[in-house]
Amino acid sequence: MVLSKAVSESDMSVHSTFASRYVRASLPRYRMPENSIPKEAAYQIINDELMLDGNPRLNLASFVTTWMEPECDKLIMAAINKNYVDMDEYPVTTELQNRCVNMIAHLFHAPLGESETAVGVGTVGSSEAIMLAGLAFKRRWQNKRRAEGKPFDKPNIVTGANVQVCWEKFARYFEVELREVKLRDGYYVMDPAKAVEMVDENTICVAAILGSTLNGEFEDVKLLNDLLEAKNGETGWGTPIHVDAASGGFIAPFLYPDLEWDFRLPWVKSINVSGHKYGLVYAGIGWCIWRGKEDLPEELIFHINYLGADQPTFTLNFSKGSSQVIAQYYQLIRHGFEGYRNIMENCHENAMVLKDGLEKTGRFDIVSKDDGVPLVAFSLKDRSRHDEFEISDMLRRFGWIVPAYTMPPDAQHVTVLRVVIREEFSRTLAERLVLDIEKVMYQLDALPSRLVPPPPTAALLVRKKSELETQRSVTEAWKKFVLAKKTNGVC
Amino acid sequence: MVLSHASPSHDETLSGTFASRYVREPLPRYRMPAKSIPREAAYQIINDELMLDGNPRLNLASFVTTWMEPECDKLIMGSINKNYVDMDEYPVTTELQNRCVNMIAHLFNAPIKEDETAVGVGTVGSSEAIMLAGLAFKRKWQNKRKEQGKPYDKPNIVTGANVQVCWEKFARYFEVELKEVKLSEGYYVMDPVKAVEMVDENTICVAAILGSTLTGEFEDVKLLNDLLTEKNKETGWNVPIHVDAASGGFIAPFLYPELEWDFRLPLVKSINVSGHKYGLVYAGVGWVIWRSKEDLPEELIFHINYLGTDQPTFTLNFSKGSSQIIAQYYQLIRLGLEGYKDIMENCKGNAAVLREGVAATGRFDILSKETGVPLVAFSLKDSSKFSVFDISENLRRFGWIVPAYTMPANAEHVAVLRVVIREDFSRSFSERLVGDIQKILHELDERATHAVTVVTATAAQSNDGVVAKKSVLEIEREVAAHWRNVVKKKKTGVC
Repeated sequence: MVLSKAVSESDMSVHSTFASRYVRASLPRYRMPENSIPKEAAYQIINDELMLDGNPRLNLASFVTTWMEPECDKLIMAAINKNYVDMDEYPVTTELQNRCVNMIAHLFHAPLGESETAVGVGTVGSSEAIMLAGLAFKRRWQNKRRAEGKPFDKPNIVTGANVQVCWEKFARYFEVELREVKLRDGYYVMDPAKAVEMVDENTICVAAILGSTLNGEFEDVKLLNDLLEAKNGETGWGTPIHVDAASGGFIAPFLYPDLEWDFRLPWVKSINVSGHKYGLVYAGIGWCIWRGKEDLPEELIFHINYLGADQPTFTLNFSKGSSQVIAQYYQLIRHGFEGYRNIMENCHENAMVLKDGLEKTGRFDIVSKDDGVPLVAFSLKDRSRHDEFEISDMLRRFGWIVPAYTMPPDAQHVTVLRVVIREEFSRTLAERLVLDIEKVMYQLDALPSRLVPPPPTAALLVRKKSELETQRSVTEAWKKFVLAKKTNGVC
Repeated sequence: MVLSHASPSHDETLSGTFASRYVREPLPRYRMPAKSIPREAAYQIINDELMLDGNPRLNLASFVTTWMEPECDKLIMGSINKNYVDMDEYPVTTELQNRCVNMIAHLFNAPIKEDETAVGVGTVGSSEAIMLAGLAFKRKWQNKRKEQGKPYDKPNIVTGANVQVCWEKFARYFEVELKEVKLSEGYYVMDPVKAVEMVDENTICVAAILGSTLTGEFEDVKLLNDLLTEKNKETGWNVPIHVDAASGGFIAPFLYPELEWDFRLPLVKSINVSGHKYGLVYAGVGWVIWRSKEDLPEELIFHINYLGTDQPTFTLNFSKGSSQIIAQYYQLIRLGLEGYKDIMENCKGNAAVLREGVAATGRFDILSKETGVPLVAFSLKDSSKFSVFDISENLRRFGWIVPAYTMPANAEHVAVLRVVIREDFSRSFSERLVGDIQKILHELDERATHAVTVVTATAAQSNDGVVAKKSVLEIEREVAAHWRNVVKKKKTGVC
C-alpha cells in the first residue's frame, strides 16, 4: 500500500497562479510582507493591478512618446542594467551621449567651429535641463554683479504666465523671483514687448517658450531678441534669453526651418528640449545645450576622475539608466533629418484632420494655431449648459483621455480641451475621436444642465433646494475652490 | 523572353545587414544624417558599438543593481511607455509609489500612527533625494531665523569628508557652505565628536552616512544623536540630523536590526535610500522619507490639479519612466522581509569569502570592516614597486572592473582597491577573482624585478662619477607618477 501525502504547505509552485494562496491572502499594503512569494505570483499580482491604469497610447493629454520600434525596445532592455554615470566602465554609452549633444547643438545652429565640441548635457527631462540652465544664468549674473560691486541677492527671471510648472519650481527652489507676463483673452503666450518692459538690472534671463503647453503656439523669439537687443544697448545690462523648446525643439527645425528662434539669434544663450516629447523617446530624457563655453560657469562643473580619465559633469541626478540615451541616439541615426521631417509633417496633417472634423460639428472654437506643436485645443462655443470638463469626463468612457484646462491669469474664464497629436496618432484615430466627441455632445444635449439653476416656478415661495441640487452646488463650489488652488497644472 | 530588371539601388531590404550600404558608409558622428536608414541597420550598428562597453555584471565598482528576475523585466518593459508624472492617467502606478513609500517608512521605524500615511517621495536616485531633503532643511532653518529676526544668508551643513559627491553638488548649487570633518589614517568616516564641534547657529543639519562609499562602514548615528542632543540643549539651536542611507538603508534593517540609526533616534528628521543599490532595482530610483509632516515645509510642495484631484508633489524631475517604481514594488512584495534578509546575509557571506581570500595572499591590508555594506576594500602592504592602480588596470584584461581610489583629506596617501558585493556576485566569482589577483601580483612582481635590473645596470655603467642617465622606464614611471598626482589633486571623490 502506498502512503500518499498531501502536498506540503510550502510547495506552492504546484498551485496555479490564480488559485494559489498568495493571491487569496491579501498582501499588506503599507508594510513589507514577512515572507517571500514566488516570482510568478508577484508578477501576476502587479500585472493585474496595472490593468486598471489608463492606456498610455490613448492618453491624449501627454506630449511624451508612448511607442517605439521593437528594435529600439531590444536595445532598451539590453541597456537597462547599465548605470549611465559609470562613464569609465561604459565609454561607448558616454560617447553616444556626446554625439547626441553635438547633433542637437548643430540642429539648433550652435556657433561651433569645425573641430569644436558642443557644450551640453543629457538630463532626465526638461525640468532638470531648465534647472541647470537657470543655475548657469544665476551664477553668471551673480559673478557679474559681484565684479561690479552691486547687490546680488534679489535675482529674478521674466517669463509668460503660460510657463510650465517646472519654471515655478526652479524659482521657488533656487530662490529666484518669478516675474510673469500676464496673458489676455485671445493672446495666450508671452508678449515680448511686455516682457522686455519687466526686465530690470536683477533679471538673470528672459525665458521664451517654443511650443506653449496650453495651445502649442511658438512665441516670437526673434522679436524678443530684437527688443532685448535695443534695451541692452541702452542699459548695458546684457540680459540673455533662454528658449524652453521642450516640445518645439524637435519640430521647428523640420517643419519651419526658416523660423529664427535658436542660436541664430545672438542673445539666445541656452536651449532645452525634451528627448521624450518630439524627440520620439520614452519618458526620461531631455537635453540642455549652451551656446558656448562662456555661458556655462566653470565653477558649476564637477570633474569626476576615475583612473585618471577626467569627465566633466553638470547634472542634478547622478545614477540613472542608460536606456533612454541609447534610444535617443537610435532615433537620431535611424530617422535622420528626412525621417523626423516626415513624422512631423504627418503629425501636422493629422492635427489638421482633427481640427477640420471638430470645426465641422459647429459646436467648438479652435484655440490652437495651425503652426506650432501639432495639437488641437478647442473650447465650446456655448458654455451655458455644459462645460468642457463634462466632455472630458464622458470621453473617458470611450477610453480616450482628453484633459480640460482653464487658462492662467488673466484669461481664467477660458477653458479648453486639448488633444496632443503624437507620432502614433493615426488619421483613423483622429476620425474616430471626432465621432466619439459628436456622440458625447449628443448625450450631453439630452442631459439636464449641471450649471444653470432651474427656472423659477410659478409658486414664488422660496423653496428648499432638492438634495440633488444641494449636492450639485456643493460640488460646484468645491470644484471652483480646488481650481482656484490649482497651480497652473498644464503639463 | 522575360526582361529582367536589376533591383533598384535603394532597395536596401534585400542586402544583408552586415553587407548593406549603411554599414559600409560611415555615419556622421556629430550631425544628424540627412537620410533615414532601415531599423535593422540602426539596431545592428548601435548594438555592435555597445559591445565595447564594459559588462555591467562584471562591474565591481558599482553598488547599483545589475540583474533582476525575468518576470520583473517583463513588468519593466510593459510600463516603459508610462510617464510617471501623469498621476491622473495612471492611478495604480501612483498608488504603487505610495505603497513603497509607506513600506520603506515603516522599515525605518517612522513614527506613523495606524491611520496616518508616511511623508516621502520616489526620486530618480539618492542625488535628487538628498537635494530635496537638503532643501527642506534649508527652508525650515531660514523660516526659523526669519522669525527670530536673525540673518539667514550663510547656511552651512556639516558632514564627513567621505561624503559622496552629490552632497558637494547640493552645497554648490543651493548655496550652502559645506563643512567637512576631515578623516585620518585608520578612521575613514565622520567623527561624531568633531562634527558636533563644528556645528554653529547657521548649521541647517548634520548629515551622517550609513554605508560610506569608501569602506562600507556605518557611521555611529546614535552617538551623533546623543552628542547633538546635548549641544542643542545648551545652545537652543535645534540642529537636526539627516541620514544618507543610500547603501545602508536596505542592509541595516535586515542584517543589524538592533542597530539604532533611523527614526528611532529623535533628532533624525529625514533619511534617503537608493532603491537601485541594495533595494535591488536597476538604476533610476531612490527614496526620501521624512519623519513627519512638520519636517517638510508646505511651501515647497506643489499641488498639481487635474480635473479636480489634488496631487501634492515635491520632486526636481517631472516626466520620467514608471518602470523602476513598479520594479521596486515588485521586489518589496516578491521578497518580503524574509527574502531581503536572505539576500543580504548571502552578500555578507560572499564578502567574507573574498576578504579571507585576499588576506590569505599576505600582500594586502583590509580596510573595510566586517559590519557594514558588503564590500571589500584593501590596500597593498608594500606599494614601492607597483600600486593598486596597476593592479586595477591589469584586472581589466581579465574582464573585471575593480576601481582604485585614494582616500580624501586627510588620508590621501592611502590608496585602495574596492570590490562591491552585489546580489549577483556569487561565491565562485570570489574565488576566481582572488585567483586572478594572484596571477597579476605574480606578473607585476616579475616586471618590477626586471626593471630594477635594468636600472642598476644603467647606474652601474657610470660608476666613474658621472651622473647616471635615467632609464627610459624610470622616466616613464616618474612622468606617470607626476601626472597621476596632478590628476588626483583635481579629483572629486569616490562614487
